[in-house]
Amino acid sequence: MVKAKDVHKRFGRLEVLKGISLQVAPGEVMCLIGPSGSGKSTLLRCVNHLEKINRGRLWVDGKLVGYKEAGGKLYELPEPQIARHRADVGMVFQRFNLFPHMTAIQNVIEAPIRVKKTRKREALTRGQELLERVGLADKVDEYPARLSGGQQQRVAIARALAMDPKLMLFDEVTSALDPELVKEVLDVMRELARMGMTMIVVTHEMGFARDVADEVVFMDEGTVVERGKPADVLDSPREERTKRFLGLVLAH
Amino acid sequence: MATEASARPEIERPEPPDEIQAVPVRHPGRWVAAVVVAVLIVAVAHSVATNPRFEWGVVGDYLFSSRILDGLVLTLELTVVAMAIGIILGVVLALMRMSESALLSGTSWVYIWLLRGTPVLVQILFWNFIAALYPTVGLGIPFGPSFVHLDANSLITPFVAAMLALGLNEGAYMSEIVRAGIISVDEGQTDAAQALGMTRLQTMRRVVLPQAMRVIIPPTGNETISMLKTTSLVAFIGLADLLYSAQLIYSVNYKTIPLLITASIWYLAVTSVLSIGQYYIERHYGRGRAREAELSLLARLRAGLWPRHAEVKPLPEPPKMPEDHR
Repeated sequence: MVKAKDVHKRFGRLEVLKGISLQVAPGEVMCLIGPSGSGKSTLLRCVNHLEKINRGRLWVDGKLVGYKEAGGKLYELPEPQIARHRADVGMVFQRFNLFPHMTAIQNVIEAPIRVKKTRKREALTRGQELLERVGLADKVDEYPARLSGGQQQRVAIARALAMDPKLMLFDEVTSALDPELVKEVLDVMRELARMGMTMIVVTHEMGFARDVADEVVFMDEGTVVERGKPADVLDSPREERTKRFLGLVLAH
Repeated sequence: MATEASARPEIERPEPPDEIQAVPVRHPGRWVAAVVVAVLIVAVAHSVATNPRFEWGVVGDYLFSSRILDGLVLTLELTVVAMAIGIILGVVLALMRMSESALLSGTSWVYIWLLRGTPVLVQILFWNFIAALYPTVGLGIPFGPSFVHLDANSLITPFVAAMLALGLNEGAYMSEIVRAGIISVDEGQTDAAQALGMTRLQTMRRVVLPQAMRVIIPPTGNETISMLKTTSLVAFIGLADLLYSAQLIYSVNYKTIPLLITASIWYLAVTSVLSIGQYYIERHYGRGRAREAELSLLARLRAGLWPRHAEVKPLPEPPKMPEDHR
């Protein structure tokens, strides 16, 4: 589903990704862990071309991200095509990024109507279903400002699911939440994983990674330090840096 | 007592403390100032009512006279058209200014520099005398043949000149207001919209601009009210707007003061209507913001006039967005 080959990303002179190679199979859940500034979020943003990569190749669903290769040359894709590719990849952000001028249901149906040209009636029915699925049947007509962080994040997940994505990207989606609200969001994600959604999850929730991930990838300073089954990486890490990080995270 | 209380704990709860009834602090300075101001107000009101040279009767005669009303209509037309040009141009210039193309952003910058840097009166005169610069206006291929030739003098009437000058000038100011509004919208909003597969145009139209409006509306209201009054400059090119109509009348009958008052009353009336309109537009674009409780204008005025009686109400339900919006 996702394949990265020697992906490099620079911001000015700062190299944030220094040659990342990864693979995520359909239906697989990959958890990216690592200290802040390790490039996890940047990698995620590269996957749906919110950031352009400087070197290497990145494929989603067999298609090169952001470019077209023909005759040994790379061509930048025009914006509408990039938008079409993005429509197949759902993304949920740390700070929710719900549209504050729209109610929950309006947030959910906006992209299906505008991008997929779904009929409004159908979009509304589906949107209701999705909001029900994330446990917000009674908040359909609320504006984001009147929802708790956990509720907002669940609306954001429903909004991403409304596009029927083949892949979901989660960028530290519980980091901005009060502790007691983390579970309700993680439960929705567990459910998604159980139903076979392909997911890349940047997270600091080691419990979630242990339970749900098929593979855990530990990143530091723009490189993949260690990867493997959650039990292997989290319980008996081989690398010194992984041990140190896990020691700090799991200490409290 | 104690045993009874423990037997029936619901009845013997401690009484809540009485509401505080303290003697408020006196403010003698405030009282003196209030008396002084009150005396001044009465003095001014008395003189306005009794000084015969205000000639309120004349004001009444001319307030709804056809010449004044015609002038008012011209003023309103110019205000509306100039603001429409200004707002559309402002959005275009703002988007150009934020473009990655140096040519587009540079052009926008120079335009703003030029039109903000010269008096609008000069620009009005310039457009009025444009025929001296370009006697004919042709329509065709740049540097190639043109198909239609128009006489600039008949094409650019004083009204068109005023409209162009005021509108193009306003565009320069509006572009900065629009740009400020767009910048104020969190980048996460663009990320989210693009991650959903929305194009840049859709993102701008559906997500960024509606939120930018909250920042754009108040200064735009200012600009509109300012434009209403700036239109009086068209007297310089002989257009009979509200003020110039009044001037034309008093240049004949010498009732200068009453006619200036007549014009002022109309300017004030229109400004008041615009302010009310602005309030409701702001409320529309403020939807979804919990901080701005949605009170009607009257309720808010009442709360402002008698602040001590203002009740603390729970936040009202947010208004439903009209269906035809999507």
